[in-house]
Amino acid sequence: MSVTYIDAIHAAQETLLRDDPRVFLYGQDIATFGGAFKATKGLAEQFPGRVFDSPISEDAMIGMAVGAAIEGMRPVVEMQFADFSSIAFNQIVNQAATHYYRTGVPVPLVVRLPSGGTAGSGPFHSQSMEGLYAQYPGLIILTPASVSDAYHMLVDAAALDDPVIYCEHKFLYRWLKAKAINGDHLPIGQARIVRAGKHATVVTYSAMVHEAVRAADRMAADGWEIEVVDLRSVKPLDLDTVLASVARTGRLLALGEAFPWGGVTAEIVSRVSEEGFHLLDAPPQRLNSRDTPVPYHPKLWAAHRPTPESICQALRQLLGF
Amino acid sequence: MEMADISGGSTIDHAFLRKAFLAMLRARLLENKLSSLYKAGKIVGGVYLGKGQEAVSASLGSALIQGTDFFAPLIRDQAGRTAFGEPLIDCTRTYLGSSLGPMRGRDGNIHRGRIDLGMPAMISHLGAQISLVAGMLFARRLRGDLDGRGGATCIGDGASSTGAFHEGLNLAAVEKLPLVAIIANNQFAYSTPTNRQYACGDLVERARGYGVGGFAVDGTDLLACASVISEAVRRARNGQGPQLVVANLLRLTGHGEHDDASYVPEETKASHCGRDCIEVAMRQLVEQGAASVEEILAWQEEIAAEVQRAVAQAQQEEPPDPYHEVWSAISTRFPLPVVQP
Repeated sequence: MSVTYIDAIHAAQETLLRDDPRVFLYGQDIATFGGAFKATKGLAEQFPGRVFDSPISEDAMIGMAVGAAIEGMRPVVEMQFADFSSIAFNQIVNQAATHYYRTGVPVPLVVRLPSGGTAGSGPFHSQSMEGLYAQYPGLIILTPASVSDAYHMLVDAAALDDPVIYCEHKFLYRWLKAKAINGDHLPIGQARIVRAGKHATVVTYSAMVHEAVRAADRMAADGWEIEVVDLRSVKPLDLDTVLASVARTGRLLALGEAFPWGGVTAEIVSRVSEEGFHLLDAPPQRLNSRDTPVPYHPKLWAAHRPTPESICQALRQLLGF
Repeated sequence: MEMADISGGSTIDHAFLRKAFLAMLRARLLENKLSSLYKAGKIVGGVYLGKGQEAVSASLGSALIQGTDFFAPLIRDQAGRTAFGEPLIDCTRTYLGSSLGPMRGRDGNIHRGRIDLGMPAMISHLGAQISLVAGMLFARRLRGDLDGRGGATCIGDGASSTGAFHEGLNLAAVEKLPLVAIIANNQFAYSTPTNRQYACGDLVERARGYGVGGFAVDGTDLLACASVISEAVRRARNGQGPQLVVANLLRLTGHGEHDDASYVPEETKASHCGRDCIEVAMRQLVEQGAASVEEILAWQEEIAAEVQRAVAQAQQEEPPDPYHEVWSAISTRFPLPVVQP
């Protein structure tokens, strides 16, 4: 038996519904149908009156969840695709994110964003929005890359009193498997070194962790030892772990699947340059997707996002300084 | 869609009328003072008044019960806030930037609320509070604690054009929640007249499309507002789902105190909807025997003193201190402790 990444997300929601009477699930097609990706399959039957189909109204879905959260519930909202959360942007960044600072009353809300690209998904079913939401004060942004993290971070997210944007990568849903949900259960806010090395550090998150590890395997054939840091949460950002790694390697590549202008990788390079400039033996590098909408055709898509090849190329350039 | 018969209004009891009228008077006198303070440069940021909308707002605030119902006021709801039970000092503290106000200087003017009173703080993005109130009611339903409760919010004709209005009202209708949405159709969204805002004959026609109750009311007439809005709240509480009330009136001031409203034609001001609802209400109270002229004059004096005290107190209080401000937008304190496996 094995557990996939989406099994872990399903199991986390099952745990939450079982253990916390304040939790309810809300989203499009998530009740009887079980969700577009089956992340809630069977939960409506298992927990009657706790799992609800919503109208196709992303704005109202989040507005409703914020209202329920300030009245003592713990809503977990599924956006069918992260891309559609742009319709809910106002409620997320202006209603949910400002509420605690303005009123002193926190908003315990989890928004699940099926994120990132898969072959054939095209411009409107492939986006990575973590950087956009991280820009706004008042939100916690999670980007799990492993089966265990997918489970533990979702369960932990619902226990936080603040709004959490939980970015789950669609590419990992069924591709990523583990023997069981276990893992070290690091707390939210702490990064993990998934591969130790001494020549360069790749700081990344979500599906790109696996591409970075593949690239590191290839680089190892040439004798390069690449360290890979999985941020796990984009906000808060565990700069201590990143700086400690850069201190060991002297070289930084910030890697992400989101669009290249600004965003998480820019933030990492900026922070490391600011606080760890003396640790760097080479100019810090960034690698992101290309600056176009995410293309539909698998050949274009594969060349739009970072790949083990393009990561290796960026690493060779970094190591060449 | 059932249109309420608003011709009578005599069923409204005197206690309700007095409560609503007192809230109208408090709001008007307080807002007159806020306008003076703004013009004297004593208020930072905008001042947004509900002048001309008090009858609608106060009727809603009086029909709701604090501690039972939820009320998400908008920009022109000083009267409704007061009737619902928001202390005047919350208003003056927020406008004058006292650190003791509900928003502690972190937000200002009409962007204030008290979750502990069931009154969320509005955001500026119009229509957004409809789904928020729906969610508050939905939470009570899930907790098995919805019976006899209702929730309400107010918007203007302009906000009825937003996607959030549509999404929110539709969601509330799908869930059959006890939500009352009041559209104060004050003829102008900032400066834009209603013929550039919507093309239907009357906004209340939309109620049928949403599958919610619909009521049209003369927003300048306290008796009519009290009767219609009380009925809408009653129906919502009784399980008849959301209710939409469209009140026709005129904003008797600019969008904010920075705006001279020169775009409002004289003929509109002179029309029926341009009547001052406070003057109408005063006559109605006397005619109904709910209050005497002497009583009303005495109230005015009392309230003027009350407003003076609320302003003076807020002015004496400390402003927020940027050196002691907790500059965190979340309540969670990172790093979190490591979980023992």
